[in-house]
Amino acid sequence: GAGMNFGLGREALPEEIAAWDVNIMPDGEGLPEGSGSVLDGETLFSQNCAVCHGEFAEGAGNWPELAGGEGTLADEDPLKTVGSYWPYLSTVWDYVHRSMPYGAAQTLSDDEVYAITAYILYSNFLVEDDFVLSKDNFLEVELPNEDGFIVDDRPETEYPIWRTEPCMENCKEEVEITMRATVLDVTPEDQAAREAREEMAEQGEATEAPAEAEA
Amino acid sequence: MTTSFKGPKPSRRQFLSGAAAAGAGAVAAQASGAATPDPLITEVQPWATGLGEGVDATPYGLPIKYESHVVRRNVEWLTADTISSINFTPIHALDGTITPQGCAFERHHSGAIELRKEDYRLMINGLVDKPLIFTYADLERFPREQHVYFCECAANTGMEWAGAQLNGAQFTHGMIHNMEYTGVPLRTLLQEAGLDAAGDLEDKWIYVEGHDASSNGRSIPMSKAMDDCLVAFKANGEALRKEHGYPVRLVVPGWEGNMWVKWLRRVEVVDGPVESREETSKYTDTLANGISRKWTWVMDAKSVITSPSPQSPIQHGHGPLVITGLAWSGHGAITRVDVSKDGGKTWETARLAKPGEKMALTRFYLDTTWNGEEMLLQARAMDETGYVQPTKEQLREIRGENSIYHNNCIQTWHVKPNGEAENVEVS
Repeated sequence: GAGMNFGLGREALPEEIAAWDVNIMPDGEGLPEGSGSVLDGETLFSQNCAVCHGEFAEGAGNWPELAGGEGTLADEDPLKTVGSYWPYLSTVWDYVHRSMPYGAAQTLSDDEVYAITAYILYSNFLVEDDFVLSKDNFLEVELPNEDGFIVDDRPETEYPIWRTEPCMENCKEEVEITMRATVLDVTPEDQAAREAREEMAEQGEATEAPAEAEA
Repeated sequence: MTTSFKGPKPSRRQFLSGAAAAGAGAVAAQASGAATPDPLITEVQPWATGLGEGVDATPYGLPIKYESHVVRRNVEWLTADTISSINFTPIHALDGTITPQGCAFERHHSGAIELRKEDYRLMINGLVDKPLIFTYADLERFPREQHVYFCECAANTGMEWAGAQLNGAQFTHGMIHNMEYTGVPLRTLLQEAGLDAAGDLEDKWIYVEGHDASSNGRSIPMSKAMDDCLVAFKANGEALRKEHGYPVRLVVPGWEGNMWVKWLRRVEVVDGPVESREETSKYTDTLANGISRKWTWVMDAKSVITSPSPQSPIQHGHGPLVITGLAWSGHGAITRVDVSKDGGKTWETARLAKPGEKMALTRFYLDTTWNGEEMLLQARAMDETGYVQPTKEQLREIRGENSIYHNNCIQTWHVKPNGEAENVEVS
């Protein structure tokens, strides 16, 4: 049946759908008319974005880096940015348009979002400085890590291994402590606990090899 | 540590030098075979002669001040600011399975917004016969369902991938809460809009987003939307808390917390995933070879011992000890929890407080005796699919150390002779 079982709610008007339905699909569906250049994007980025993301989209303080990190995904400490990690440019346009700048979201015009997106591409060395991004050439841009994702494969790679009756006795010969959280000492706690631990350390409690800090 | 208890407390030095057991034993002796009468009994106490507060003192109450340590905590260094950030449920101090809403964890991407029911609108659009707008009042007129489910952040335990880092169950496992939700099945609302226009539902998706600036848009396959997703407006009997999506949030049983869109504003029926920021840049899990898993929606079976734990040390000396914790699985009900005291050499099966419920927290107990021996405490959950919670080493062998999300490894607490516990990794 065509629904309408309860007759609740009312029909959404086209203006209402247009106001809220602004998501962009990977194939560009949903993109509005418009365009913006790297040069305009540079100015806009400096005015609206650089205070957190750096003048070159390299990040400031603890705020996200938007550029850099090419080829680091298999490293011990990968740097995931638009250039190194994101699969689709549609996500950049959509997210900037809808949720940035942080604290003043939905204040950028369509042309401004095209320009800022173009500048982010430039910052990642993916286009030249005279590039102009528009609805028409949007799909010509391919991000480097588009093929870097697989659909959840736990059902094949993990579940068959771990859906087995577990060991209950004599499961291992030796058990040794290999890492301790208190060595890092990054847990927020009250003063008493911290003092107690220092005192314990003074009394010669054994400590193991320090774990690596992974912020 | 943030524990407190009434009555005489051993001095810190006693506690640290291992004399706590003797001190605690003395306290226990007062109750069983006291040499001198207990003044708490022999002397009339103020509360036994005077008056307490009237019924008009507290129209909506908070916990008694002696429980002030049972609060959400945040970890400053985890995020750039506290607006797009996380805090942690004090699971080390709770029992049972229902999380009190007031200390249930929060995760926002642009802060906890204030949205009146009068200002609330929910849009259903896309591949539907008739796009609809619902008010809050409309939603209360649909037939309701009620279910208990856990909501676990995909990043819960994520800081522990490379080692033992944060010292407390609250911090290692506290991005979780478990509530009794009342709401309308999402299926009902989609059917109200009509799904003939969507054609074959097998390959269709929905895209859900919130009213807040971050929007938190996520794509969900239609099969899940039509199965058990709930558009919820009550939790644990009352309206949702502001920070949990007041007045309406999406409940996605068993699936990662990011998909439980708060302040739900729009559900669009689409013919493919949107690949939004929250399912590309975030909530994708990078493997050791640099390839990343996407759409890792289900939260696998997991457990943690909440007491004893670093924030909940043994302070009562030797003798009877209750080891307790939580287990849960996004695949269904928990059927069994095993506990090891020796770092996984031997295991004994714990007692479930009641039979596991699908995609809900389950409380387990192991009633035991402790005589001051060191313990390497572990819990290992099993769910109704036969899945056994893996060790961190098993997870790392397949995923490496950089997948950030979905760390459901077995946790180890090192309990020392003085009763203190520490987050450790073992061989």
